[in-house]
Amino acid sequence: MTNPWTHRLLAGLEGSGSLSAGDHTSVHGALPAGATRKGGDLALIREIDASGLLGRGGAGFPAGRKVRTVAAGKRPVVVANGAEGEPASGKDVLLMTRNPHLVLDGLAVAARAVGAAELHLALHRGSAARATMTAALRERRDLDVTIHELPGRYVASEASAVVHFINGGDAKPMFRYPEVYERGVGGRPTLVHNVETLAHLALIGRHGSEWFRSVGDVDEPGTMLLTVTTPRGATVAETVTGTTVGTVLDAVGHTFATSGAVLIGGYFGTWVSREQAWHLPLTHYALKAIGGGLGAGILVALPADGVCGLAEAARVADYLARENAGQCGPCFNGLPALAGGLTALATKGHVEPAMSRWLSVVPGRGACAHPDGATRMIASALATFAGEADRHATRGPCADAHRPPLLPVPATTTDWR
Amino acid sequence: MSTTLAASAFSSNPLWYTTRSTAVVGFVLLTIGAVLGVASTQRTLASRAWPRFATQALHRNVNVLGLLFILVHIITTVADSYVNVSAASAVVPGASSYKSLDVTLGTLAFDIFLIVAVTGFLRVRMKEPVWRWIHLLSYLAWPLSMIHFISTGTDGASGKWGFWLAVLATFAVAAAAVLRIVTPNGPQGPARSVA
Amino acid sequence: MRIRVNPITCEAHGLCAEMLPEWIQLDEWGYPILDGPELPEQLAAHARRAAAACPTLAVLLTKE
Repeated sequence: MTNPWTHRLLAGLEGSGSLSAGDHTSVHGALPAGATRKGGDLALIREIDASGLLGRGGAGFPAGRKVRTVAAGKRPVVVANGAEGEPASGKDVLLMTRNPHLVLDGLAVAARAVGAAELHLALHRGSAARATMTAALRERRDLDVTIHELPGRYVASEASAVVHFINGGDAKPMFRYPEVYERGVGGRPTLVHNVETLAHLALIGRHGSEWFRSVGDVDEPGTMLLTVTTPRGATVAETVTGTTVGTVLDAVGHTFATSGAVLIGGYFGTWVSREQAWHLPLTHYALKAIGGGLGAGILVALPADGVCGLAEAARVADYLARENAGQCGPCFNGLPALAGGLTALATKGHVEPAMSRWLSVVPGRGACAHPDGATRMIASALATFAGEADRHATRGPCADAHRPPLLPVPATTTDWR
Repeated sequence: MSTTLAASAFSSNPLWYTTRSTAVVGFVLLTIGAVLGVASTQRTLASRAWPRFATQALHRNVNVLGLLFILVHIITTVADSYVNVSAASAVVPGASSYKSLDVTLGTLAFDIFLIVAVTGFLRVRMKEPVWRWIHLLSYLAWPLSMIHFISTGTDGASGKWGFWLAVLATFAVAAAAVLRIVTPNGPQGPARSVA
Repeated sequence: MRIRVNPITCEAHGLCAEMLPEWIQLDEWGYPILDGPELPEQLAAHARRAAAACPTLAVLLTKE
């Protein structure tokens, strides 16, 4: 079977190391010249709209709509969000270390589209991308980008948290009104885009919206980067939208027969049984239809046996609970309660009666989507691993519940600044 | 009439009695109002039978009533020709030639309380930290009113019953202020940012 | 009239639920749960009092 990989964003990256400006131009061609004018570039905005590109940071919001709103504002700012806080994601760092110029081209396109003279790049402290992005900026000299290094907290990469940090505050999400696209960096309309989204813009700026739409799902076209983690290891790959989960997993050597459940979207995503996952097309709308989300293109596949899904989910839930920003009561109370309940089920077989109440009461009442994502992950774990849950409750935790963890869960630091 | 007659507590002037009585009632009300203000911040004092908004409302109403009594106290003092306190000194500190410093303290206290009251009604239209800092000035206004009561007031003079009233009131407000400082008022529940 | 709670400024004092029990209930940790973002007209006056009663001004009302 042929593999489903495409090479639009990942073109020219067969070797190793970072593409120089020259090599990047050989692979993708030169970015058409254009000035950044006040009020933006209406033709460019129309192209972005027409492409149907959805944001690749997790929310899947139409990129064109964000661009249009910010372009209408006064003295707009663009922020490239390269703060990849998801432990199971590696696509952003890969893009920034292997082809930083593609990301910077995308930043230039976004700046031109909205008419922004002030540009920022957000990274996590200690990111491998810092060196390559800095070197690439020095190489080209056409962009003036301020690089910010955020503390390695899970919610720090949320758009308003990035803006708050750039404005001198903690890397904690802000109350969403007014939205950052109205009042963001320095009180100005701010466009925050994930670096993969910008990379797509870099190619749309060269080849146009028709080209972008020529592959992938008819209603949600284009290509996307995925970070696929299986017991064999993690890979970053690019496919067209609409490729099924099964096709992707088969291509990395993880077959249906050897597979257990799959976590789709990220640690804020959804656990799906292998039966349901295998033929699931990777589009935002298909995943929304089953109550989940495509998120940041993250797939984590468990093996058929040897791993307890409840224990893995419990560890992730505990991580998410520890990573709350301590700002909103339903979150800093609800997530530790939910994580505690899931852990008790996984490690002791104890069923917490308040779980369903907490699951209904916690989401939607925080300043950001962190409690919503955590709740969704936990609820989907209880549903997908219902069989295991029953066995744990009646016969005690399985032997696999205490084996070493599979999903990476980093230690939590205490800094927000 | 010379100002030396002010030392005499036996004037039969009805304005004089009114100004003294409204001063005492007003002072007591503002003292209770201050304590109620601290009470309204205490989470432990809320119950189904007596919700916190009741204490909040009581704090507001007792203080408004207190200020109304003080207003009458001011008007009758100005109207009374027995002591020479001009209308201007009702709001302008230092404008009174009679017991200038003592009256000034009262004027200042009233001015501050007036601003606190007005901002209290306009609270939702203000920035919360601005409202809060202005409201904290009450902790300045009250002692000024207490000293004014002792030094200017005939009944508040040392040895008289009013003096002991002022002592009692000071203990009450001081205790309330200490309670306000030591009571943690943030959100209850698990420690924030568990890590 | 639209009603929102700023979950960051909210410190679970619970006065809003005292003033507007028709629309606001408290979860087990003391934080407000709103029945919805759009308030029926007849609750507007109570809502205004609830917003004024909040010690941290976390209840936000907008005429939309």
